[in-house]
Amino acid sequence: MSEVLLEIKGLHAEVEGKEILKGVDLAIRRGEVHAVMGPNGAGKSTLSAVLTGRPDYTVTAGSVTFAGRDLLTMSPEERSWAGLFLSFQYPIEIPGVSITNFMKAAINARRKAAGQEEMKPAEFLKLMKEKMAFVQMKGEFAKREVNVGFSGGEKKRNEIFQMAMLDPTLAILDETDSGLDVDALKIVAQGVNDLRSPEKAAIIVTHYQKLLEYVVPDVVHVLKEGRIVRTGGRELVDIIEKEGFEKIDG
Amino acid sequence: MVNLQVTMDDKTLKNILERQQYKEGFVTDVEQEYVPKGLNEDIIRLISAKKEEPQWLLDFRLDAFRKWQKMTEPSWGHLKLPKIDYQDIIYYAAPKKDSERPKEIDPALMETFNKLGIPLREREVLAGVKAKESQVAVDAVFDSVSVTTTFRKTLAEKGIIFCSFSEAVKEHPDLVRKYLASVVPSGDNFFAALNSAVFSDGSFCYIPKGVKCPMELSSYFRINASGTGQFERTLIVADEGSQLSYMEGCTAPMRDENQLHAAVVEIVVEQDADVKYSTVQNWYPGDENGRGGILNLVTKRGICKGSGSHLSWTQVETGSAITWKYPSTILKGDNSSSEFYSVAVTNNYQQADTGTKMIHIGRNTRSRIVSKGISAGHSENSYRGLVKVNPGAAGAKNFSQCDSLLIGSNCGAHTFPVIQSSCPTAIVEHEATTSKISENQLFYCNQRGIGPEDAVGLIVNGYAKEVLSRLPMEFAVEAQKLLQVSLEGSVG
Repeated sequence: MSEVLLEIKGLHAEVEGKEILKGVDLAIRRGEVHAVMGPNGAGKSTLSAVLTGRPDYTVTAGSVTFAGRDLLTMSPEERSWAGLFLSFQYPIEIPGVSITNFMKAAINARRKAAGQEEMKPAEFLKLMKEKMAFVQMKGEFAKREVNVGFSGGEKKRNEIFQMAMLDPTLAILDETDSGLDVDALKIVAQGVNDLRSPEKAAIIVTHYQKLLEYVVPDVVHVLKEGRIVRTGGRELVDIIEKEGFEKIDG
Repeated sequence: MVNLQVTMDDKTLKNILERQQYKEGFVTDVEQEYVPKGLNEDIIRLISAKKEEPQWLLDFRLDAFRKWQKMTEPSWGHLKLPKIDYQDIIYYAAPKKDSERPKEIDPALMETFNKLGIPLREREVLAGVKAKESQVAVDAVFDSVSVTTTFRKTLAEKGIIFCSFSEAVKEHPDLVRKYLASVVPSGDNFFAALNSAVFSDGSFCYIPKGVKCPMELSSYFRINASGTGQFERTLIVADEGSQLSYMEGCTAPMRDENQLHAAVVEIVVEQDADVKYSTVQNWYPGDENGRGGILNLVTKRGICKGSGSHLSWTQVETGSAITWKYPSTILKGDNSSSEFYSVAVTNNYQQADTGTKMIHIGRNTRSRIVSKGISAGHSENSYRGLVKVNPGAAGAKNFSQCDSLLIGSNCGAHTFPVIQSSCPTAIVEHEATTSKISENQLFYCNQRGIGPEDAVGLIVNGYAKEVLSRLPMEFAVEAQKLLQVSLEGSVG
């Protein structure tokens, strides 16, 4: 079996004084795609937020190890440099900042952190072109302001584009499938599938099973009321589809 | 979804505030000559004599001084102006010339301007990587005197006059006499009157009829001596159908004392002429506790005199302890137009009260105002504007947009827009927004690996893009960096 990339042990977290995660245990090995499913309010987005270090979430107990490092002591940008990527449920608008400048800043920040020189403009443009083609975005996309005036589908494709640009070791897709039409969903799914490799892993957080028709998970977890109540294989998705979340518990 | 508009925590703010650097804060060690401290008619006569001025100019100064004595400092700005003792200022300081080589520039001054990125030798500019079309001619002013003006000969071939104010008085007295104080009268306001009485040098520029200036022209103002103020005048005349892009930059040493900078800029734009005036203001802003810094009390005004004339102001204000300036345009010619694009950043204890006046007199005159204020730390940032449409300005149009961005919760942003329209066919529109850099925007950047400092720089530059994109290339890059440096220490 391959090496464990992410290990979550007894994770408790709260936001605004309210406990949302009440003891989450989860281990993800390199090469695996895990789905975390659950009803609204189960703590799915909180899990994504805590893993990426959102400032307004407080971890009260437990540990998270990522590629052998204590994730919880790292700043959000350090987690990014270490290879963690979050596809946001609600991507944020940054007016006046082009996708090109945003990506340039992101790529050069991680290169700087690694003691490398800035990426050469020609190399950067080539990479942009290649990854834009990958999510079927036209040339003008590079000049658009980050998420400003984007449709729901464009925002999600932009997230997948950024994921492809930054080439993360662990990608967390938080409700990336919500509000997508079938075409956009296929692009997103292809994006995730193409990034699958023996070295990398992904967590797909969702309460639908739509995306999972295109990206087949190795492991499926059901999160309810801040705990993982069941873990299984692909078949769990079908059970949830038929019976809903109510009947599933530990 | 979590609250979209959360302010940054105190630690974050402190980090940005404390890391502020002002790399232009050095002092040049040169021997200077001064006039005695204080202000009276004898001092003015002494300054005028030092400059070997004609009688009419001395009379102009004395008249302004007498007006100034009857005036009081304006108190309407949203500013806490420290008490200025006008008798405790040295009104003239100039580096001593080598008596054997009076024409040569002191190597120490050369080095100073080089260090500031302003090469004074033309061949160095020409040898640089810059393409010919991006050459910049500069009039370099050090304390009270112009050190040199580059590319004068090249420009003279086209009939363009570009020189220090003092030289213009000697070589082109008729032009200076015709236009001096024609846009900003000597008694216009307290600080303009003070400047008219004691101004020591500055830049003069005349673009003849139909000439498109082949390069950017610029003035660079450097304050060096302590205990002094800088009082320079810029006079720009663009004759019929001419075109000019003018840039202005400035810096000063870091000191615990406040230093006064009271300048006047006058621009005359004749029929169908087009002038673009860009400023990157980077005077020493004072330290993180609000000690020291330049008091920047400046009157800038242009007149679109002829029909179809155009004047565009672009300013990036990052420096000074206090900024009080309102680059304005009198739209006299029919179909003339003007714009004011401004980014004003205040951090720590800086105060800025800045904006514009657009005075519509001619028919079908157009003006556009885009003001972007950014406040951080304990600073106060105000936009103050007047759009005035006279009864005869049929078909006049103005559009104003004033946006404020707050970083942290201890700073203030204010807008004081005044609209006076006495013309029923005029259309005046005003929009205003106030926003905060949201925790969500910062986190989104951080998640992509962009650290807090760089994220603020990126977000602020995006916010100011509409203004920054108006700057000439040479200035835009510098301005972008400056925005980021000015806000360093404001998040974390």
